[in-house]
Amino acid sequence: MNNMQNFSKGFFKENAVFVQLLGMCPTLGVTSTAINGLGMGLATTFVLLMSNIVISLVKGFIPDKVRIPAFIVIIASFVTVVDLVMAGYLPALHEQLGLFIPLIVVNCIVLGRAEAFASKNGVIASALDGLGMGLGFAMALFMLGSVREILGNLSILGIKLVDADGILLFILPPGAFLALGFLIAFINHVKKTA
Amino acid sequence: MAKKESTLFNMVSSLVVVTLIASTALGYVYELTKGPIAAAKLAKKIRSIDEVVVEYDNNPVDDMYKIPIENSEDSLEVYPAKKGEKVMASAIRTYSPKGYGGNVWLMVGLLPNGNIQNVAVLEHKETPGLGTKMDNDEFKNQFIGKNPASLNLKVIKDGGDIDALSGATITSRAFGQAIQLAFDTYTKGGQHE
Repeated sequence: MNNMQNFSKGFFKENAVFVQLLGMCPTLGVTSTAINGLGMGLATTFVLLMSNIVISLVKGFIPDKVRIPAFIVIIASFVTVVDLVMAGYLPALHEQLGLFIPLIVVNCIVLGRAEAFASKNGVIASALDGLGMGLGFAMALFMLGSVREILGNLSILGIKLVDADGILLFILPPGAFLALGFLIAFINHVKKTA
Repeated sequence: MAKKESTLFNMVSSLVVVTLIASTALGYVYELTKGPIAAAKLAKKIRSIDEVVVEYDNNPVDDMYKIPIENSEDSLEVYPAKKGEKVMASAIRTYSPKGYGGNVWLMVGLLPNGNIQNVAVLEHKETPGLGTKMDNDEFKNQFIGKNPASLNLKVIKDGGDIDALSGATITSRAFGQAIQLAFDTYTKGGQHE
């Protein structure tokens, strides 16, 4: 697999949300607005990129039997960095995402990429894989957040489109399932016809 | 690259090294972000105080004092807004544990006579689109300028004067309760200078 494919597969062919159905907890939990989805996606992208780089570099020094705890420590460190930096410089977004930032540690996409890709591949391939997977995840969260915000609040990125109440259901948790289901169906349709 | 063998020494030493490096790096990042985090928290507090009290020339955060809540071990934080030595109004950080999603934290601005100057919503986990509407002016205006001594802060359903938010009676109840707590604690707990 060449480097271009390592990067691009995260967007469409192996998109974490739409194809692998991984990381459903933040996907459903934080996407009530487009900006929340994007913020969560980019925070996860940073963690994925950095943890993939570091894990691909240290994989030779970590004995097989303790690789999982070692990976988790590395991932948790980067998540804490994101948490602290966000609390200091983006307090409003940090408050919105709240508990979901520390929960990136147990996001199965991050550990999944570490196990399945970074621990078997070189540093450049791993970096591209992490970046592509992360941006694909961010794209999916942004799409889902946009759909929910438009339908539920009749606004996009906080800008009101029509001065009226939206369909409240889409802001509430059940709306996340509905919107995600229709988005996956749509993506599958596009893939089949393309 | 050949993997290191999983001997006890290799396992222990590699984990020690990984955790040592990670904790050193995190300590460094913590030191770097400590200042900005404290500044962001303070800015948020001052913003909410500014929202509920007007006209002051002291620093309400420095002058903060606590009043114990009656029949409870907790206390409320009071931020007095003074002009010279005269207390113009007090911003009281109050809460109700009976929100739909746990505690609802409010900042209530009370004039010395007990009139509500303004209310700011600080923290809550109410339902988006229903309970979150407590921050709308339409709802808050029912409280602003009124005195809880004469205004019954319960919702109409419970025999009070407050028109509850549709679909969010519990949130409306908690909102009134939090203000009542601030008023009771402030008027009974002594408005010391």
